[in-house]
Amino acid sequence: MSAIASPLSGRTGPGRILAWLLLFGGGLLMVTPLAFMFATSLKDSSEIYDLAFFPAHPTLENYVTVLSDGRFLRWFANSFGIAAVVTLSNVFFDSLVGYTLAKFQFRGRYLVFIAILSTLMIPTEMLVIPWYVMAKNFGWLDSYWGIMFPGLMTAFGTFLMKQFFETVPNDFLEAARVDGLNEFAIFWRIAMPLVTPALSALAIFTFLGNWTAFIWPLIVTTSKELYTLPVGLTSFAVEAQVQWELIMTGAALATLPTLTVFLVLQRYIVRGVVLAGLKG
Amino acid sequence: MSLTRHNDAQGRLWQGLSLRQKQVVWAWAFLAVPILFYGLIRFYPTVEAFVISTTRWNLMTPPAFVGLANFERLLTDPVFWKVFANTFLYLVIGTPLSLILSFVIAYHLDRVRFMHGFIRALYFLPFLTTAAAMAWVWRWFYQPVPIGLFNNLLAGLGIPQQPFLRSTTQALPAVLAPAIWAGLGFQVVIFLAGLRAIPTTYYEAARIDGLPDLAILRRITLPLLKPTIIFLVVFSSIGFLRIFDQVYNMTSQTSSDPGGPLNATKPLVLMIYQTAFSSFEMGYAAAQTVVLFLVLLCVSLLQLRLLRDR
Repeated sequence: MSAIASPLSGRTGPGRILAWLLLFGGGLLMVTPLAFMFATSLKDSSEIYDLAFFPAHPTLENYVTVLSDGRFLRWFANSFGIAAVVTLSNVFFDSLVGYTLAKFQFRGRYLVFIAILSTLMIPTEMLVIPWYVMAKNFGWLDSYWGIMFPGLMTAFGTFLMKQFFETVPNDFLEAARVDGLNEFAIFWRIAMPLVTPALSALAIFTFLGNWTAFIWPLIVTTSKELYTLPVGLTSFAVEAQVQWELIMTGAALATLPTLTVFLVLQRYIVRGVVLAGLKG
Repeated sequence: MSLTRHNDAQGRLWQGLSLRQKQVVWAWAFLAVPILFYGLIRFYPTVEAFVISTTRWNLMTPPAFVGLANFERLLTDPVFWKVFANTFLYLVIGTPLSLILSFVIAYHLDRVRFMHGFIRALYFLPFLTTAAAMAWVWRWFYQPVPIGLFNNLLAGLGIPQQPFLRSTTQALPAVLAPAIWAGLGFQVVIFLAGLRAIPTTYYEAARIDGLPDLAILRRITLPLLKPTIIFLVVFSSIGFLRIFDQVYNMTSQTSSDPGGPLNATKPLVLMIYQTAFSSFEMGYAAAQTVVLFLVLLCVSLLQLRLLRDR
């Protein structure tokens, strides 16, 4: 064990190679479920019982079947639209509040900060019942607005942005003030561009979180046309119970966008996770 | 006309303010909508949750105040105690197992140069998947022969078939496995960042002193990683205490209700969901959310305590 673990032993050696092989093997094992999901989505229904990993006759027939009834495209669009709107709202409002708390001096600032931060202690599950009652009273049940309203701002995003705005030098803001820019323009045109890394981390996190969100959309929606992708997939899988190749196709469709985004933005996503993780 | 005069008056008032006073006005203008949001969507519902927990309410008739009756009912509800035990099982198996696994992976991956980014990506990919989708992939793996992968592997090795999700003893670990699998990559990445933050001079000094590897690990790496470890312990504890998506998707339809067989996999959040949105016992469900809140509060306070001792 210690031979493998050695941080300071020579660059190569049997222990190191063994460690590398174990890590690599472990990594392959990690993506096995994903690989099986994609491989099975390419099999036709007669092949599902033979356990060869690679489909003998790869076909996109399952994708045609799943996409052609239109529901998946709708759920896809719902998830995308909802995640996009919620992300924009968070990027704007979390930054605005974070900036105000970081860069303005006024009585009550600390109180506002603590009040917002304290909402991190409250689990969403505790709020879903009052939210449901609220949505029912206001006629928001089973609507896009109903799915979106609880997530438009988050304390976590506000905290993250406040931390970053604190690193922006006051001189920049003062110079803009002397030039006669109003406070909103200073925030929007001077401060925001300076925290782009934090903004992209916040945007990626909010988008991913809303793309995969399950419990609240499940509670608040009843019409299938309004389902988000995870909720739609669940209802689809329940009705397609025995057709595993179709369920795998649906699961693949729900997973493909995030994986594609990751492969394109890998560096930023990993950095964003570290940033958010360490700041959180 | 009057509008212009009004604007003029406003303009004069605005000009009369000092720079400092103007800033205060701007600050509150920026905060106005967010304060409304937090008040209405976060604070009011929090109070409301406590209020509802003291009522009997099915949404149809007006709520009836019952005091602490819902909490008394919880104490004598065998399903609640089963659910409570399940939730803690998810926590006490999931957290240490995922942390040890991810630390061992990160510790070794930190030293790997060849294909470092690629291997890290392999571990990280499951973190980006949708729990609801992956639950169905794993559910498929757990099927009996001829469909299920695991039972086919076992059959190949001559080991008898396992019921997995259909068994009262195997179902909970079977549901937990994908939850650990999905979160592992996140923890590895955070551990890697923590390991990178340790200055190499410490290691060089240790090498000059001739410390063995295990001592370096125990006396340098682990103590300096303490903030990272505390963060991950709390983060993953909260995650396992709130487990829902996996359970709901992996156990729906195996019996008449999700959380089966015989409540063997049901966590607290699923019980809350069913009490509120299948049985419409809002007061009883709210009381369960209060219990969840108190448990999570304890975890957070413990974190604060541990961080202060640093």
